[in-house]
Amino acid sequence: MVRIVVDGREIFVDEGKSLLQGCLDHGIFIPNLCYLEDMEDPPGSCRMCFVEIEGMNQPVVSCKVEPKPDMVVNTSSSELLRLQRTSLRLLLSNHEAKCKACPSNRRCILQELVKRFGVRIRPRRYDHIDREVAEDIEHPLLQIVHSRCILCGKCVHVCQRQYGSPILTYARRGIDTIITAFGDVEAMYALCETCLACVEVCPVSALLLREPSGAIEIPADGSPEATIPCGGATP
Amino acid sequence: MSHPSIVSEEEESREEIIGLLQGFSKGRENLIPILQTIQKRHSYVSGLAMKLVAEHLEISSSEVYGVATFYNQFRFHPPGRHQIRICLGTACHVVGGDIILENFERKLGIREGQTTPDREFSIERVACVGCCALAPVAIVDEATHGHMAPSRVEGIILGFQIEKERLEREKQAENSEEKELGENL
Repeated sequence: MVRIVVDGREIFVDEGKSLLQGCLDHGIFIPNLCYLEDMEDPPGSCRMCFVEIEGMNQPVVSCKVEPKPDMVVNTSSSELLRLQRTSLRLLLSNHEAKCKACPSNRRCILQELVKRFGVRIRPRRYDHIDREVAEDIEHPLLQIVHSRCILCGKCVHVCQRQYGSPILTYARRGIDTIITAFGDVEAMYALCETCLACVEVCPVSALLLREPSGAIEIPADGSPEATIPCGGATP
Repeated sequence: MSHPSIVSEEEESREEIIGLLQGFSKGRENLIPILQTIQKRHSYVSGLAMKLVAEHLEISSSEVYGVATFYNQFRFHPPGRHQIRICLGTACHVVGGDIILENFERKLGIREGQTTPDREFSIERVACVGCCALAPVAIVDEATHGHMAPSRVEGIILGFQIEKERLEREKQAENSEEKELGENL
């Protein structure tokens, strides 16, 4: 355990865990989208969990920092706010934001952050880009709604954790990057049928159970609301 | 995913790809060299090829797919009989090369990097072909079309279709002539 000071508050955190996790454990909320507690090496790609640490000359992403004794951390300054707002606006600039038709409505991390940062859900500052994706492969069970996806990579992480050799992957690159599945359809069916961890972990309902011709299957421990495909509003 | 003729072709290539794989050890650092070798041999990397590579390297096929789609150098569709290359270099980009590309895509109903289901046409984007003064440029097979305009797209495609129909007619005529000859003899 090390003693650190966050926003003037003294807390004791685990040295092995990231600074972000330490703060979250003590009820200090730092916005984050791509971080999961069990990640050994978090991607640090959402650029939301910026903090200022005394002695460092620029903001750092707190998920990639290990707490050191007597670290002095600031989680809210106008500079940080600007960085986070920009990251959020960029993320939203190709997010569909049809909230009423989205299963995540009202429990969506993006909605929460939009409120927190006073950003519009359809930011004016950047041109909106619609993500039209022609799918090569169709997963037999999962529907990937690319227009909602924020590419946080949590699904790829849990898939990797579950199987070692994942079914979900990032494909293509740059603005065309997508999350997709590739492999044998039968293998996908067999592996995914009992898992669906990705559906549960997706923060923006971009991964859904496909409406099958037969019965809708719901993961054993997942709440039905989390997995009901949205009402025909997907592209 | 693919046209039936492509699927059967992929199956035919199976043995050959398995043969190619024997030349590589199982390290994952071989992934890109293997994909390059396959593309060199077959001019594209098929879905089946990616699965075979994954099996050989003992990694998941989605990883192979992720890596292969990351790089522009790999194509996933067999090239068409007529290859359309649209230049999107700086000069062509500035004068609307992307509009030309879009017109070809819409006319043929495929996207850049794809091949029409009848295997007649494939579209590719290239970066500068060295005749910027003619921008925007489209290269169709061997012919360079400078100062392209959306209105010329239709004509180019139509030209190939007319040519194809003419060849078919000639073939038919030849066949019927042969038949007649055969009957007369």
